[in-house]
Amino acid sequence: MSNMTSLSATRATLPRERLVHMYRQMRRIRHFEEAVDRLFQQGLIWGTFHLYIGQEASAVGAVEALRPDDYITSTHRGHGHCIAKGASIPLMMAELRGKETGYCRGRGGSMHIADLDTGNLGANGIVGGGVPIAAGAALAIKKKGTDQVVMCFFGDGAMQQGAFHEAVNFASVFKLPVVFLCENNQYAMSMPVEKGLGSNDIAARAASYGIPGVSADGNDVLAVYEAAKEAVERARNGGGPTLLETRTYRLRGHSKSDANRYRTREEIEEWRRRCPIERFERWLEAQGVMAAADFEAVKAEVLREIEDAIAFAEGQPDPDPAQLADGVYA
Amino acid sequence: MRNGEGMRELTYAQAIREALAEEMRRDDSVFIMGEDIGVYGGAFGVTLDLVHEFGPDKVMDTPLSEAAIIGAATGAAVLGMRPVAEVQFSDFLTIGADQLVNQAAKMRYMFGGKAKVPMVVRTPLGSGTGAAAQHSQSLETWFMHIPGLKVLAPATPYDAKGLLKSAIRDDNPVVFFEHKLLYRTKGHVPAEEYTVPIGKAAVRREGRDVTVIASSVMVLRSLAAAETLAAEGIDVEVIDLRSLRPLDTETIVNSVVETGRAVVVHEANRFAGFGGEIAATIVESEAFDFLDAPIVRLGGKDVPIPYNPVLERAAVPQEEDIVAACRRLMQESRRSGVRR
Repeated sequence: MSNMTSLSATRATLPRERLVHMYRQMRRIRHFEEAVDRLFQQGLIWGTFHLYIGQEASAVGAVEALRPDDYITSTHRGHGHCIAKGASIPLMMAELRGKETGYCRGRGGSMHIADLDTGNLGANGIVGGGVPIAAGAALAIKKKGTDQVVMCFFGDGAMQQGAFHEAVNFASVFKLPVVFLCENNQYAMSMPVEKGLGSNDIAARAASYGIPGVSADGNDVLAVYEAAKEAVERARNGGGPTLLETRTYRLRGHSKSDANRYRTREEIEEWRRRCPIERFERWLEAQGVMAAADFEAVKAEVLREIEDAIAFAEGQPDPDPAQLADGVYA
Repeated sequence: MRNGEGMRELTYAQAIREALAEEMRRDDSVFIMGEDIGVYGGAFGVTLDLVHEFGPDKVMDTPLSEAAIIGAATGAAVLGMRPVAEVQFSDFLTIGADQLVNQAAKMRYMFGGKAKVPMVVRTPLGSGTGAAAQHSQSLETWFMHIPGLKVLAPATPYDAKGLLKSAIRDDNPVVFFEHKLLYRTKGHVPAEEYTVPIGKAAVRREGRDVTVIASSVMVLRSLAAAETLAAEGIDVEVIDLRSLRPLDTETIVNSVVETGRAVVVHEANRFAGFGGEIAATIVESEAFDFLDAPIVRLGGKDVPIPYNPVLERAAVPQEEDIVAACRRLMQESRRSGVRR
């Protein structure tokens, strides 16, 4: 893996306010997920969820390459994508608390948060389930003749699913404006990528569909951004899909049931040292974009925002069982 | 129905083709996609020549990928298109079932009532063509079980056209089951614009003695059985469900209240088939008090559809099975002293 320890040498073309925004988004994801974990320990969130901690650079770098009117499809590990695309943290928190005013009126929960207003076509409880939907959204865009793009997030586990193959081939055949972004976080639940895939070279699989395949350091937010930008521009200009791999690591367990029996403490520690947020901080500081005091200020603001969201969600009404069947049909 | 001039007859396949063409002309967001539906015309010729009028962007030949076809229809529908996907045989719905059952059907509910998924999956079902076990099933019950889907199974060319137009205009995912044996059947289809509402059964024949509740090709067999029985003095009422979900329970219950006897007939396997749902609906309703005999369920035998034509015929209800069931019902209620 190239360039895992130093951040992308180029500053890309991003102005300071975008860099600060990206940093803030990464912090919002990290602290949101930490809060979710805490609320679960306190018994305030139930069911299950899949934390994005350690992968923040992937969502934030990729979404930075999109316009607000572009679309994403997401995964069971979807909180990061959702926040990166611009969702409201209070409404996400209300949904995780199962409240009537949450994003899905408490009917969806962690694995089904969607925010059509910000172009998020939904998290997905089925591994690989969103990939054909992304192709379909891109098909609609092409038919409508707009220049929007779909960013389809999925993981290395989805690369083991048939739906991936069908959808990528479909998108290639019709040259659809979609970027297939595989977040290779090294494990499909407990299955290491080198055991679950016949070839570890994920980007190389693109060749079999006749589309470009690119691999980026998924813990380097600028490297992700640059790779995503190129893929998004290609899609927007009629060049069809790209398969983009972001190599990253899931620092927390797969879900709450995970006792980490399939990996070592040392391995987790090794990746913790490559924390995408700390790496970005070092780069921002070295470039003179932000200083230590700025990081602290952003962190404090984000923590306050999340505490406010928790308080907001706490005060929201629960759904009324009399409305159980609302929304089954249009 | 008028007779004589102006009575235009179309086949079931032509009626479906006309519905697709009219809806594509009417609404630019409607398009069709599936395997070999372009120049080839579809495995059963339903979409023949449509590509010549509408072009390959509206009549899309897709890769051989049911999950991608149904999933792409879902994604396109959420963005406001009205895709009509053809799945070449309804057996292949199993290959794309995740996209239909876990994605399209649930999306609106999971998202708190926010997304609309206006899509149709057209697909042929049924046995009788010698296509054997993987190309002959009747899996409509699987999809009737899923909240969020609507399930239609027209029996006549008139309904095939009118219901398909309603399905395309509906804002929900609709599974539209066409029977292979019906494609060449002919019937009156007006040239004028019309639709058939989803969720309304049709009484195809009125009768006093037995209600036969049928769908798809079984409607034709039930009507033929009713003719035979009429010669014996048994007056059969035939209900064509047309819409399996939502189900028109009112028409079913009202009829059984009048006749006191019910036969439910479908080609889908009898075990855990939707005939059980209909029988339960009857006994849970006010019709229970009017029943003069146990409800009879006729359905497919508990076997995969076999290849040999004699075996294939024996695997699903035929006209004579319906005749026999009605006769038996009449005899049983006569023995127990009931005669309306």
